Amino acid sequence: MKFGVVVFPGSNCDHDAHHAAGAVLGQSVEYVWHQSENLDGLDAVILPGGFSYGDYLRTGAIARFSPVLRAVERFARRGGLVLGVCNGFQILLEAGLLPGAMLRNRGLRFVCRDVWIRVESADTAFTCAARPGQVLRVPIAHSDGNYVAEPETLRELDRSGRILFRYVTPDGRADDAGNPNGSMANIAGILNEGRNVLGMMPHPERAVETLMGSADGLVIFRSMAESLVRQAQRMTA
Amino acid sequence: MGNEIVVTEQLAAEHGLTAEEYARVRGILGRDPTFTELGIFSVQWSEHCSYKSSRIHLKRLPTGGPQVVEGPGENAGVVDIGEGLCAVFKIESHNHPSFVEPFQGAATGVGGILRDIFTMGARPIAVLDSLRFGPVTAAPGVAPDVVARNRRILDGVIRGISFYGNCFGVPTVGGEIEFEPCYSRNPLVNVLALGVARRDGLFLAKARGENNPVVYVGARTGRDGIHGASLLASAEFDERSAEKRPNVQVADPFMEKLLLEACLEAMASGAVVAIQDMGAAGLTCSTSEMASRGGTGIEIDLARVPRRESGMTPYEIMLSESQERMLLVAERGRQGELMDVFRKWGLEAVEIGKVTADGQMRVLEAGRVTAEIPAHPLCEEGPAYARPIAAPAPKPAPLADFALEGKPLTEGLERVLASPSIASKRWVWEQYDYTVRTNTVLGPGRADAAVMRVKETGRGLALSTDGNGRWCRLDPYLGAMHAVAESARNVAASGARPLAATNCLNFGNPEKPEVMWQFSRAIDGVAAACRALGTPITGGNVSFYNETLGEPIDPTPVIGILGLLDDVSTALGMRFRAEGDVVVLLDAAAPDAASVPREILAREFSSTEYAKTARGVVAGLPPAIDLAAEKRLVDLLVQLASERLVVSAHDLSAGGLAVTLAESAFGASGLAPVVELAGDAPAESALFGERGARAVVSVEPARLARLQAAAAKYGVQAHELGRVAREGFRIAYNDREIVRAPVARLEEIWSGSLERALVLPLPAAG
Repeated sequence: MKFGVVVFPGSNCDHDAHHAAGAVLGQSVEYVWHQSENLDGLDAVILPGGFSYGDYLRTGAIARFSPVLRAVERFARRGGLVLGVCNGFQILLEAGLLPGAMLRNRGLRFVCRDVWIRVESADTAFTCAARPGQVLRVPIAHSDGNYVAEPETLRELDRSGRILFRYVTPDGRADDAGNPNGSMANIAGILNEGRNVLGMMPHPERAVETLMGSADGLVIFRSMAESLVRQAQRMTA
Repeated sequence: MGNEIVVTEQLAAEHGLTAEEYARVRGILGRDPTFTELGIFSVQWSEHCSYKSSRIHLKRLPTGGPQVVEGPGENAGVVDIGEGLCAVFKIESHNHPSFVEPFQGAATGVGGILRDIFTMGARPIAVLDSLRFGPVTAAPGVAPDVVARNRRILDGVIRGISFYGNCFGVPTVGGEIEFEPCYSRNPLVNVLALGVARRDGLFLAKARGENNPVVYVGARTGRDGIHGASLLASAEFDERSAEKRPNVQVADPFMEKLLLEACLEAMASGAVVAIQDMGAAGLTCSTSEMASRGGTGIEIDLARVPRRESGMTPYEIMLSESQERMLLVAERGRQGELMDVFRKWGLEAVEIGKVTADGQMRVLEAGRVTAEIPAHPLCEEGPAYARPIAAPAPKPAPLADFALEGKPLTEGLERVLASPSIASKRWVWEQYDYTVRTNTVLGPGRADAAVMRVKETGRGLALSTDGNGRWCRLDPYLGAMHAVAESARNVAASGARPLAATNCLNFGNPEKPEVMWQFSRAIDGVAAACRALGTPITGGNVSFYNETLGEPIDPTPVIGILGLLDDVSTALGMRFRAEGDVVVLLDAAAPDAASVPREILAREFSSTEYAKTARGVVAGLPPAIDLAAEKRLVDLLVQLASERLVVSAHDLSAGGLAVTLAESAFGASGLAPVVELAGDAPAESALFGERGARAVVSVEPARLARLQAAAAKYGVQAHELGRVAREGFRIAYNDREIVRAPVARLEEIWSGSLERALVLPLPAAG
């Protein structure tokens, strides 16, 4: 399986995503430059965190116009797995690949801390190695992670099981105490309609080794690798 | 040389050059300087760039050792960390800009030190900030409007650091924050950055090779920051400080991130001969210093320098301190390769000149010479002063008494835990991205030092910054030694062997003999302690003129010590880990130190955080220090960690034993110490005294004997104080329980106090 990690000017979690998928997960990984429109040979694409193009205007607002995003859109339409983390999530929202938008955090400040997120469905390519309801400890680090959407969109996301992660307390309650940024419905990560594009604010790539405090995020990368293997087996079968 | 403004002695004086300095300029040139040359000399010979008041004293610092690859003089210090890798680290101040414009001042402070690190070929992996502010809570003798301004300064500084470091993508993993009235009009913002480089991939700022092209890369040059180094950093403040706001530079961390990636990629190509960032004194400093160090000359043409605005004079271009700019020397014929790299990263890169053999720093404006100065004398033959030194008259102040003998001390502990200097800084560090780059093994609040892993080798790097202005005011020699000792203790408590140090020396006006006396004594203290602990000084900076309206700050040397763990997985946190573990106080002081005469105890007690917070007394002297004992404790702590004999370690410092025990319990899920102490000293001294060479460790009962044997080997006493339990926080002294509280209550006081302090409404002014 081959992962691609997109590098925008200002990406700063690209090395971390590469390390998680490569050195830790043991898959082959390559960087994809933002001006490239070629994702040939890749099975999954990661849009990493950071401050793409400086993000001085609005998070992700410029990155959506980059050449690589056109390729990512085509890749996603064909069913390729796309994982957007933090700034990557913000870019997917700006690009319209996922619904909704981000506001400043409720506290109006950058927040970096470990949070707990609940796996709302284990029936996806990103969570098939997890248990439904499993609580993962992963860090967040963002200013603009306060997810908002129209009530109708929220209902639709919920109804179709596309809210994949919710912020919760350590014991798994999705209440206000578990919500670090004010996101509607405690949303930490959502899927597109095709369920092959995931955007999430927490950083699973920072939680893949116990030495670093938590290895809970690894289950997301493992799930992606496993589902890609199954997909490949189905195709050759 | 053209029809510029005519330079006179009067104009030179307005540029901060004395009559003798101006005469020296004329001697070097053999003629009157041009206006541009005057500007160049004035910044290059400013206190900030030339260290003219400090140079003769800095020579007393130990700087060598087998681990040192590059000592002071380069952009940052470099030490060997094994397996072909080096740690590159340095601390620098950005105090004055952060008072005038807190957000931009602090942000550009972070940017400046990061450039110093990656200029040497190292990728930055951590930042620590040592900050000092005036009181942010209502305090006697501090007007509400001053408190309000201190809060605004703190908020701006924190946001500035957060803005820059987070966007650049370097984790901000530690540091310290203290509050004293003397910093109200002169906050301190000291930033330490650490990077890792291959030893064979280090880059130095030495221009070599005649006709090699000189390439300018990064942001365009604007009128911002002109005279930042000379006017802002080399003079005191007065009522009109706000007018200096245009001297502060503006930060663009995105540009810096591009520079980082592009420079590292360019360096890897092998086509870079030398490189230096444009920080203080911008183009002036980078051209003249690269030529001087390389024993060459540099010629540049300002007409080719990318500019933000038209109509800039040569003087302005040479003195601009616009941020995020680099100057490099390329190997002739290969500049095209470098241009390709910079183009790929969307950066402007322009060949603006060449290396020459004549030793001159020659500045052309469209072919016409506007400045021509011998580079070496400009950089190395500047003034150096042995300024007058005079010990200040002693100001005897009443000492604190031991009024609460035999009484409960729970309330006193609560007051110390709530004091902003002791309280948890979580509210601050949660605004910093401290986990990016996935190397942060023990981040803020987790251990006495921040511990980073080195992915390539599995080793670890520990860093701590420490300083105690209050102690240095009472005795700069002792205070400075304590700062070094505490930093080394912190690093060792996290399990790392202290390797080398960097220092940021924050003082008042060096033209005052009392300030110079403080400086000289502090240097002696740093030197003695660094020698004893085997941590040479590899770099840093001096920040003078930290005073406003004639009132200097407390002398505040801040020490950053770097330590090495051979195996990062042995790193130790400060928190208790399991019920039933034994709590042990390691004390390396000579056994008879326990029976200190009462008047000496009172003198030492009066300089503690407790005396200040609970009694309102700041007097006496810092505790006596035994550097050999400090070294024994450091060596023991390193061995205990490497053999995994203990599960937590936390040194004793501000707040004494009681605060160390409390902080070991916080974040430990309800675990708390139940301990019994005994001794002749008054209880307040036993609980809150701040004598050094001590640490608290927790150990599994089965390993206690091995711990004791190890301690005996190093001549360290290991006092078994009690155990880790779930019965609340309890301390008995001489068979009487004097502290008892639910640990959750203490933790709530400690963890929320800073945030509460910053949002509490202030009493109405008047």
